[in-house]
Amino acid sequence: MSVEVDVPACQATGMRVGLFITCFNDTMFPEVGKATVAVLERLGVDVDFPAAQTCCGQMHFNSGYRPACVPLVRQFAEVFGGYQAVVTPSASCAAMVRHYHRTVDPDVTVPKVYELSEFLVDVLKVTDVGAYFPHTVALHRTCHSLRLLRVGDRPERLLAAVDGLDLVELSQPAECCGFGGTFSVKNADTSVAMGNDKVDDVLGTGAEVLASADTSCLMHIGGLLSRRGAPVRTTHLAQILAATR
Amino acid sequence: MTGPARPATPTFLGMPPFPAAARTALADDQLRANLGRATATIRDKRLRTIAELPDWEELRRSGAAIKDDVLARLPELLEQLEASVTAAGGTVHWARDADEANAIVARIAREHGATEVVKVKSMATQEIELNAALEREGIDVWETDLAELIVQLGHDLPSHILVPAIHRNRTEIRDIFTREMAGAGRPAPEGLTDEPAALAEAARLHLREKFLRATVAVSGGNFAVADTGTVVVLESEGNGRMCLTLPKVLVTVLGIEKLVPTWADLEVFLQLLPRSSTAERMNPYTSTWTGVTPGDGPQEFHLVLLDNGRTDTLVDAVGRQALRCIRCSACLNVCPVYSRTGGRAYGSAYPGPIGAILTPQLRGISRHRVDEQTASLPFASSLCGACFDACPVRIDIPEVLVHLRAKVVEQQHGHLGERAVMAVAGATFARPGRLVAAQRTGGALLGRLRRLRLRGPGWVGGWFAARDLTPPARQSFRTWWRKRGE
Repeated sequence: MSVEVDVPACQATGMRVGLFITCFNDTMFPEVGKATVAVLERLGVDVDFPAAQTCCGQMHFNSGYRPACVPLVRQFAEVFGGYQAVVTPSASCAAMVRHYHRTVDPDVTVPKVYELSEFLVDVLKVTDVGAYFPHTVALHRTCHSLRLLRVGDRPERLLAAVDGLDLVELSQPAECCGFGGTFSVKNADTSVAMGNDKVDDVLGTGAEVLASADTSCLMHIGGLLSRRGAPVRTTHLAQILAATR
Repeated sequence: MTGPARPATPTFLGMPPFPAAARTALADDQLRANLGRATATIRDKRLRTIAELPDWEELRRSGAAIKDDVLARLPELLEQLEASVTAAGGTVHWARDADEANAIVARIAREHGATEVVKVKSMATQEIELNAALEREGIDVWETDLAELIVQLGHDLPSHILVPAIHRNRTEIRDIFTREMAGAGRPAPEGLTDEPAALAEAARLHLREKFLRATVAVSGGNFAVADTGTVVVLESEGNGRMCLTLPKVLVTVLGIEKLVPTWADLEVFLQLLPRSSTAERMNPYTSTWTGVTPGDGPQEFHLVLLDNGRTDTLVDAVGRQALRCIRCSACLNVCPVYSRTGGRAYGSAYPGPIGAILTPQLRGISRHRVDEQTASLPFASSLCGACFDACPVRIDIPEVLVHLRAKVVEQQHGHLGERAVMAVAGATFARPGRLVAAQRTGGALLGRLRRLRLRGPGWVGGWFAARDLTPPARQSFRTWWRKRGE
């Protein structure tokens, strides 16, 4: 079913951007990528997906395997060097590129990468993307969104403009969910303790859906929700923004 | 006075690596409840207190800049401090490591025939485990900070930089006082309740006789001013002031990074430290002393300048920012890991995020391979970044954590399974074709499942003990994109 959507005026119509899907979304959560494409194309952005992309190197970097990052960082610069802007539906991968690619290779020219909410709000200057999502939603703000990218309330502003959406706030919205990449398995007990506190917080809001700018956090929180049989589903921000009547 | 035989002061030596120690701590519901309540309270209060200062960010930058300047010209400033302390009638000692520092303090106590010393709360003396060293020499050590007293009487280990007994609630404290005070001096009053005022009064009575009797006091220092030779201690209770003024002899153990160049530099830190530590605008007691003042206070002053791994830390261009630390403990209070595991899981006098970067460096990670417990510390973080935001001297703790993780991996600590996973992932990501093949295999094998629930050792068991997992997609995004374009 296709319904006409009222698309707001968009400054960057016709802009060509490279989509950095991230290895994780590509493999585990392709729907997040499809939703990102849907939102960007609806706003008139010409999206390209360079197939030579793989991984930003975050897992290796954060786990201490630095030599393995060097080829990944150089590959990233090569693949995305030609785009005006690179958009990614992952705050932590965007932060890895922006903050640490030069640490891995001081000589690399780092492409300009935007996390999706940054690109929509700062580059396209839109908060109302014409979405419809008639559900009660809580937002997990993610550490790397807040403290590495400093996206502030951009995701909230995007969600607040979604038709039919009822946004509820967590009691500890800035607190880590405990995923932390390999922390989740190297310190599994602590990770789970943090995650279960987050799950309790989510359940306390009465939200039907937990949204976030990072599927990695959602995989962890969602894994706990699933094990506990809790009736809350996890959804990437892009999937809400892509939803229409 | 030597009371009945007391158990030896416990030590962090031999603690298991962080994941195992954390597991034990997480199973302690009382500990988690005490910690969760205490850290949440101080967190909120700190945010309110720093919000009062419009120039907080500038103060943080100034604090970092002053400390960086100190670290850049440490030899010159240390010699200046030595000269000014000596000129003011003090004696300066240089200690390469914990053993040397402990031996110096013990020698001074013995020279004065002291069989006991009273102590001001001090992280440097916790770091070198001075209490245990003095006890081995037959010298009784009395902690006089209320929280340190609780830890000492409980034969316990500290779990927080500022509030070492944060893991105890008031009922536990009442029980410790009632049970243990008699063995260490004046017994707890009959029928002691767990009212904070009653507990404080019991501690007052217990400590008062020690203050009046002791001839030697041992302190640390928050700051030392190089150009005047002044040492500064900030505290809340006044017990430190008693130690610093009543005994005849004062010995201060000071990490060599605690310098500030001039008195004027204190202005920045006296704003940063109380707000970051106790969330107060100003702490109740700030004591400063310069050498010896005839007829007033201690008539003999010894300053022990402690290296104990600090020079090794200074060598590392990324890691040295840990030496800016002013021991406020703001990073502990905001840390989601610390607030669940508590401090003892870190196996060091310095717990929490700062401990995770300071302890491995003080233990020589830049010089040689470290033990497994030390190697586990840089991984005791989800890299959430709350510590960096809270740090009053802008130590980028996540940056140092990943820097130290790289050193741990270089030292071949990662177990074989982990190294294999990283090698396979690295090889897969190196070529898009290999990633496509991996996606096809994973999707074909597992893509039809709704969710994964596996059993296994190591990382597999770690994940699945409490979490399900979404299986890889049957069709990757890149395949969808390619087909869409066809």
